[in-house]
Amino acid sequence: MKPRVGFFDFTGCEGCQLTILNLAEKLLDVLDLVEVVEFREVQGHCNEDLDIAFVEGSICRLDEEKRLRMIRTRSKKLITLGACADLAGINIAHEEAGGAELAMAVYGSDSKHLQGGQARPVSVIVPIDGRIPGCPVDGQEFLSILHALLLDRPTNLPAFSLCVECKLAELPCTFEQGIVCLGPVVRAGCNALCIEGGDRCRGCRGLVDNPRESSYHRVLETFNRSVDDILEEYRTYNLRIDEE
Amino acid sequence: MKVQVPYLSRIEGHAHLVVDTKAGEVVECQLEVVETPRFFEKLLVGRHYSEVAGLASRICGVCSHSHTLVSLMATERAFGMEVSEQVTSLRRLLMYGEILQSHLLHLYFMAVPDYLGVNSLLAMAQSRRDLVARALRLKKLGSDICEVIGGRPVHPVTTCVGGFHRFPEASELQRLRRCLSKALPDLEQTVELVAGLDWPDFSHQAECLALHDSDGYPQFGETLISSAGLQVPNSCYREMIREYVVPHSTAKHARINDETYMVGPLARLRQGFHHLSPLAREVADLQGLSPSTNNPYLSQGARLVEVLHCVEQSMHLIDHLLLEGLKYEEPVVTCKAREGVATLEAPRGVLLHAYSYDKEGFLTSADCVIPTAQNLANLEMNLRARVPQIIDEEPDTFQSELEKLVRAYDPCLSCSTHLLTIDRL
Repeated sequence: MKPRVGFFDFTGCEGCQLTILNLAEKLLDVLDLVEVVEFREVQGHCNEDLDIAFVEGSICRLDEEKRLRMIRTRSKKLITLGACADLAGINIAHEEAGGAELAMAVYGSDSKHLQGGQARPVSVIVPIDGRIPGCPVDGQEFLSILHALLLDRPTNLPAFSLCVECKLAELPCTFEQGIVCLGPVVRAGCNALCIEGGDRCRGCRGLVDNPRESSYHRVLETFNRSVDDILEEYRTYNLRIDEE
Repeated sequence: MKVQVPYLSRIEGHAHLVVDTKAGEVVECQLEVVETPRFFEKLLVGRHYSEVAGLASRICGVCSHSHTLVSLMATERAFGMEVSEQVTSLRRLLMYGEILQSHLLHLYFMAVPDYLGVNSLLAMAQSRRDLVARALRLKKLGSDICEVIGGRPVHPVTTCVGGFHRFPEASELQRLRRCLSKALPDLEQTVELVAGLDWPDFSHQAECLALHDSDGYPQFGETLISSAGLQVPNSCYREMIREYVVPHSTAKHARINDETYMVGPLARLRQGFHHLSPLAREVADLQGLSPSTNNPYLSQGARLVEVLHCVEQSMHLIDHLLLEGLKYEEPVVTCKAREGVATLEAPRGVLLHAYSYDKEGFLTSADCVIPTAQNLANLEMNLRARVPQIIDEEPDTFQSELEKLVRAYDPCLSCSTHLLTIDRL
């Protein structure tokens, strides 16, 4: 009897599900090991018990909350898939404006049925058994977490910051180019893909456990960057930070 | 008889299909879009131009490159910037990659199961391994192009206002070229499979809207052309397209002159028929597609034609880029407090972003017109016309015929639920 796996999507862009479909031949190997019983984007529904549920997207409305609780009830393990499910992603960025006011601005006065509700991470609603961070997730990381789950081993994420991977990739420091980067405090695991593409780190994988704040402050001082510059960076993925 | 399909599967995003008939008459026929609104245009306001495209990309995972590029182009238009021919070619190649990725995902994983009578292609991993492997290989062909040009298959990282942070290496383009030519046997089998499907016999006259592309088949362009002969520059889109809110959907609907209309592969094929690449034209003829085809189910056939077109054009474009030689260009940006409108043909049809900026380069307003939102009103008209033709079928067949029709539009509801227009009374 193969382990039964389901993929569920809430509020998000479905880019994480797509990343999993992009695994191509490796996905065929996965299909040999598990039975995919739900994957709304590419197959119909069932309401059976699951060994592993992967949940993509933020939870914004009461109906989504109810659906999530139902999924939790019938799943042995529940893993979040991507930044929206993990941190509420960029869905939470509009918290700065009120929901009703937003609906009015976007849809005009006929907008009573268009309340967005507050975007929340999955773990605020139900207990979770693991997380796959990133916007979108990294396909290889998904495979290694699935591997750990199937072997009943802990689903650990890298416990060091992105700078480690960035330096291993021999990339020049973004700060050296006069651009603010969240690399020093963000969890590694993406091989500094954005920095390699010529961009900077915006922190979609969330903070590393116990980020070294004092070192980061020194970096910021060295490059004449203020804490406000950094807070501005946090607006994209709304990492949870102390208000101090 | 009432048919309710909650959380319709094998589409991009969340919708319920509700059809209610009494004595052979349609009482109610709606695609209830229940995707949570995400108010993207509002998220963009107040952001620096360098952040805008990266955020706009997150509107949709399937069309992230379209949103990124149209966003960059709207910003460039506002700042009065021209980009080089090299940048335009690379962007075109990125779009071919995205259209391939999106169309092949749709054809194999969302559409074909309906016609093979299975719930999911993934369920066939044992019984038809060759078919599933081919589907995944071909889908990867599109995502590989996106990865080489954009740095990632979903949500690009190399793109920026003015061009690219990072240009691909010639060797990477050569590798893509080899992947494309190696895919031809897979594509032949895809044509055999898809062109051989039994499309329902149904026609429904509707206006079609596509971009005029001076380089041939609609992809990039600044003029909106409708099949009724209307022509409007994209900066005057509000004169042509009227968007409105309906109570059963978190996505808006749109009309031209109070008529519903269609955008997407079939609309493009009708307008750009004489600009199709040779292989694409052959596949169009094979399926009997022409500039006057008006069966919305044949949007699937048009998707297949576009797959061939994108593969062929990608090869030519790679040759062109390699012959010219890739040169690094430093993007130079000067902010201006102005408005900018840009359009391109996303996999599902005409996509438009309209921005205005202040002089520091912070965005002050945004409006996005999304292909699926333009198609929804027409899709509902199609459903209403289709119901009486199949009213006597078994309930299961009745439902699956309607689902096929919805999927023929390949609706993308992640996209459709963040449209911004202020009440214009």
